[in-house]
Amino acid sequence: MIKALGYFIEIIRGILITTRHFVVNLFFHILKVLGIKTKRKGAVTIQYPEQKKEVASRHRSLHRLMTRKDGKPRCVACMLCVTVCPSECIYVEAAEDPDLEIQKYPAKFIIDLGRCCFCGFCVEACPEDAIRMDTGNVDFAEYSQQDLIYDLDKLIG
Amino acid sequence: MTETLTEMLIIFIKIVCALVWFLLLTLYLTWLERKESALIQDRLGANRASIFGIRIIGLFQPFADAIKMIFKEDFVPSFSRKFLHTIAPFISFFFVAITIAAIPFGDILRIGNRTINLQILDFNVGLLFVLAMLSLGIYGIILSGWASNNRYTLTGGLRGVAQVISYEVALGLSLIGLIMVYPSLRLSSIVLYQGELLFGFLPKWGIFLQPLGFLVFMFAALAETKRVPFDLPEGESEIIGFFTEYSGLKWGLFMMTDFMEIIIVSTLLTTLFFGGWQVPWLASDGFHFPWGGELMLPHLVVVLLQVAAFNIKVFFFCWLQILIRWTYPRFRYDQVMDLGWKLLVPLSLVNIIGTGIIMTI
Repeated sequence: MIKALGYFIEIIRGILITTRHFVVNLFFHILKVLGIKTKRKGAVTIQYPEQKKEVASRHRSLHRLMTRKDGKPRCVACMLCVTVCPSECIYVEAAEDPDLEIQKYPAKFIIDLGRCCFCGFCVEACPEDAIRMDTGNVDFAEYSQQDLIYDLDKLIG
Repeated sequence: MTETLTEMLIIFIKIVCALVWFLLLTLYLTWLERKESALIQDRLGANRASIFGIRIIGLFQPFADAIKMIFKEDFVPSFSRKFLHTIAPFISFFFVAITIAAIPFGDILRIGNRTINLQILDFNVGLLFVLAMLSLGIYGIILSGWASNNRYTLTGGLRGVAQVISYEVALGLSLIGLIMVYPSLRLSSIVLYQGELLFGFLPKWGIFLQPLGFLVFMFAALAETKRVPFDLPEGESEIIGFFTEYSGLKWGLFMMTDFMEIIIVSTLLTTLFFGGWQVPWLASDGFHFPWGGELMLPHLVVVLLQVAAFNIKVFFFCWLQILIRWTYPRFRYDQVMDLGWKLLVPLSLVNIIGTGIIMTI
C-alpha cells in the first residue's frame, strides 16, 4: 500500500505529459485549420499517397537499364548480374551485335521483381554501368505476379 | 384515456431520445478515442473515411466501422456452446444500455401546463439500480468466456471475475459516505441537493463534500469499465481475452459495451460528484450570484443551460477516461486485487467513518 502511494507522483506526472502532448498538438492543429503558418506541426505524420518522403540518394529502388547515345541498352550481355544475383531473378538472352566494338547485346533482359530482394549486387557487378537502381520509385505493387516481371522495354522506359 | 396516451407517448419519446444520445455518443467515442490517442502520440489518426470526397477530419469513420462490422462473417465455433455464445454479447450490451434509464439529464421541463421530468424513470432506488445493472454486465463476460470453450477466453472470464470481486466492494462502499451526506438514493434528489450552497458561495457538489469518496469511486469505476489500466479480462497483448471467439457484429457489441460503460461511468461521476445538470448559482429562474448580482433567464434557456452543462461534464469525463487509457500500462493480475482490497476498501471505510464524525459534529 505504501509502495502504491509512492508511485502516486509518477502517476500524476505521467498524465501531465500526455495532457501536454494533447493540448500542444491540438493547439497547432487549430492554428493550421485557421490558416496560420507555424514552423512546428501538430503531427509528424506524412500522409503517404499525397505526400511523399524524399528517398535517400543511395536508396535502392526500382531498376533501370542505361542506354547508349543511340538509344540501345549499354548492356553487353556478359551475364555477371545473372551470376551474382542471389535470388536468381535476372534472365538475359544474348544476341550478336554487328558492331565489333560491342559484339553482344541483350535480346531479352527480364527481371522478376517478385523474386528480387533489392540487394544491389547486380549494380555492383555490372562492368558497363548498364543497370542502376536509382529511379527513386518504390511503389510499383501489382495485383498479379505476372505484372511484376519487367522486360527490356519496361526497364529502359 | 388521452391523458395516459400522452403520458405513454412522452415516455416513449424520452426513451428514444436517451438511447439515440447514448448510442451516438458511443459511436463518436470510438472516433474520439482514435483522435485523442493520435494527438497524444503526435499522430493524425483516422482521417480517410469520406462521403463524396468530403472527409471532415474523419468524422464518418464510426459509420464506416459499423458497415464493415455488419458485413463481416458472424462466426460461431463448432466447439462452443452455441446458445450461450450467442446470448452473451446481448446480455453485456443490454445491462449497460438499460442503466441510462435512471440518469437525470436535466431538471423539469414545462411545456404549457405539463411538466416533463428529463429522466426516463425517476427511481426511488436509482443509484442502487445503476450499480446493480453495471455489476450484472459482468455476466456477459463470464458467459462469453465460458461458452466459447477456449482456454484464452476462459482465462479472460476468470480474470473478469477476480477483478469484479476486487473493485465491486470498494465501488459500493465509496458511495455510502455520499448517501450519508445527501440522504437519498434517488438520483434526481441527489442532484437537487447539490444545487445548495456551501459557506454561501461554493456549490454543494459531491467533489467538495466527499473528495476521498470521489477518488475511490473514480478508481473503482475505471476498473468497472475494464479498459487499459484495468483491462485484465481483455489483456490484448497476453491473452486476447473473453471475446477471442467472436467476430462481426457480436464482437462489435462487446466493443460498444466498453464505450457505453465509459459513458455510464462519466454520467455517474457527473451526477454524484459534479452536480449533474446543476450550473453553479443557476436556480430555476436565473442566476443568483453570491456577490449579489442577479440575471433572470426564461425557463427554456435555463433548461437548455442545464442540459448543456450535463453534457459538457459528461464529455469531459469521457475525455479524461480516454486520456487515462492512453497514459498508463496495464496493472498486473495481483496488483489490481492489491489495489482493490488493500487500498480502496480501507480508504472507503476511512471515508465512511470520517464522514460520520464530521456529520455528528
